[in-house]
Amino acid sequence: MGPVVTAPIVKARGLNCPNCGNAVELKGFAHTLRVTCPSCGTMLDTSEPNVKILHDFQQQLTRTPMIPLGSRGRLKGVDWDAIGFQTRAIEVDGTWYEWSEYVLFNPYKGFRYLTEYNGHWNFVTPIDSLPEPIAGIRPKVKYQNRSYQHFQHAIANTGFVLGEFPWQVKLGDPVAADDYVSPPFMLSSETTNDEVNWSLGEYTPGTEIWQGFKMPGAPPAPQGIYANQPSPYEGKVGGMWGLMFLLMIGLVVAAIIISAMAKHEVVFHQNYSFAPAAPEPSFVTPVFELKGTKNVELEIKTSLSNNWAAFNFALINDDTGTAYNFGKELSYYFGSDSDGSWTEGDPNATITVPGIPPGHYYLRVEPEMDKPKTTSYVSPLSPRAQAAAANAKPAVAMSYELTLKHDIPTFSLFWIVILLLPIPPIWRSIQAASFNNRRWQESDYATGS
Amino acid sequence: MSQPNANCPNCGAPVQFRWSSAVQTTCEFCKSILVRSDVDIQKVGTVADLPPDASPIQILTEGSWNGRNFQVIGRIIYEYDLGVWNEWHAVFSDGTSGWISDAQATYAVSFIQPPQHLPNASEAFRGAHFTFSNVDFEVTSRNTAFYRGVQGELPFQFWDKSKVSFIDLRSRGREFATLDYSDDAPTLYLGQSVDYEELNLKNVREFEGWTLTGQAAPGARY
Repeated sequence: MGPVVTAPIVKARGLNCPNCGNAVELKGFAHTLRVTCPSCGTMLDTSEPNVKILHDFQQQLTRTPMIPLGSRGRLKGVDWDAIGFQTRAIEVDGTWYEWSEYVLFNPYKGFRYLTEYNGHWNFVTPIDSLPEPIAGIRPKVKYQNRSYQHFQHAIANTGFVLGEFPWQVKLGDPVAADDYVSPPFMLSSETTNDEVNWSLGEYTPGTEIWQGFKMPGAPPAPQGIYANQPSPYEGKVGGMWGLMFLLMIGLVVAAIIISAMAKHEVVFHQNYSFAPAAPEPSFVTPVFELKGTKNVELEIKTSLSNNWAAFNFALINDDTGTAYNFGKELSYYFGSDSDGSWTEGDPNATITVPGIPPGHYYLRVEPEMDKPKTTSYVSPLSPRAQAAAANAKPAVAMSYELTLKHDIPTFSLFWIVILLLPIPPIWRSIQAASFNNRRWQESDYATGS
Repeated sequence: MSQPNANCPNCGAPVQFRWSSAVQTTCEFCKSILVRSDVDIQKVGTVADLPPDASPIQILTEGSWNGRNFQVIGRIIYEYDLGVWNEWHAVFSDGTSGWISDAQATYAVSFIQPPQHLPNASEAFRGAHFTFSNVDFEVTSRNTAFYRGVQGELPFQFWDKSKVSFIDLRSRGREFATLDYSDDAPTLYLGQSVDYEELNLKNVREFEGWTLTGQAAPGARY
């Protein structure tokens, strides 16, 4: 039997910076190919046992990572060391947009990345399968049954680096980067001649990073809307519309039930005729009984023809003498001209009097019908109706029919509610659309730019 | 799994074969590369010092994948742009041999495929599509790697290499393919990308400051 080949515990590699002599500890173990000396900022090649200074690497220490390098935090249930930091930038229409990337490392689970732009964070995992391109005017890709819309194509350049890297990080180092979004996720591809790498980002609130790395204070508030930031309205708009339709269905059902339960009782019906010259036009009807506090509907049907009539009514309680006064003016004109035949007004009307208490009632009716008028109390007559009125025979008698119904359902409130109900979901839909519109304003598919 | 024993022809130390089909192994004492034939064991070379690597896998690491148990008995070490890369040779409980690759702590399990017509390296440019075992693959990376050593038992002779070309292909799913151009004729490996957890590894290496489950070690200085 040979010796046990189990290797001893893997120690973090320590070295001394060949430039300043200070100690550098590599938390990425043998994965670390490049490191900047935390004391003097020199870029070191650690891929060989003999650490070399990379003299062509020159940068000013102009950036400070928000997550201190070397600190350990727990994200998505796993411990990670933040070992590297770089800023990258893309140029869009002459403006440079810069974001930060942190290299996270766990010796068993490998590398992950955190990206940060204007307070928006993404936890990024390299993925090992290829998303499927979907052809269309706007390119899409499909990955694990989720469809991602193309957001942006850009050439990304590394601007500043600090700490450890498992690759030969260089300043500049352009790669073609494409982002596809399906909030809260973002698929990104980085392509060079010989390689394409895909990664999956998950939008992560800054507070989760701060808690994970036990950092003091609060994360900077996110500015604007980020490509894969989940909409606060996501999934809520549909629910609001659903609730609205449920309420509408409920209202319609209630209206049908109320309508079916209403008695529609005809308590009085009579035909009359009226001539303008009658000396005492007013009269009263026989007494009838109204049971229960319900509304009363009076239907007037007249034989008006190019004429008008006015009615004053009083519903009088025979027991108490209480009177409910109401009136109605009717006019009906018709004729034909170069545009064809026309009519104006209506010879019939319905008046609803709500909440009449129970009791014995009679109706006092006072019709009025002067000679044909060329003006109206209610609305001015159009020139053609005025002409028709002037040409009509004066003082034509009118026959009319009064029907008084009790317990008639009214639906005016119902219609108001039906019209008001869609307002909240419409407002929410506008907010949701506005959020997504602002999201896409930052993309290659911005409108109006 | 028979365990034929022999002695190193170089230093005389006992040499243990854990896998009956092993063709090559290394002497744990004198680092001789030993090739086994029907009649004897011959030294064909010596392994230089292996570069430091940070793979959690080591010789004798055990695990299971897709319900099949395996044990790691050998490896080939390469170096490429992104550092050290291990192809761990694993023998499964049914006697088949496979490979667990670990590059930057990304893992894949693959198996060598029978000889067949394969594209040459220039045909397999990035983005080219090929169908293997009815799966559509796309070339995602072309790497030149440098052979840096071997350790333990291998299913074939593999030593005295220098620069080798590999082409990695990925699919819409997790199927993974590698075209290996280290010999005259290309060799195809097919398998799957896996997460660390899916390998259910035991007897892994321990890293300073970390527990074996990948969490911060108690009392670690962080």
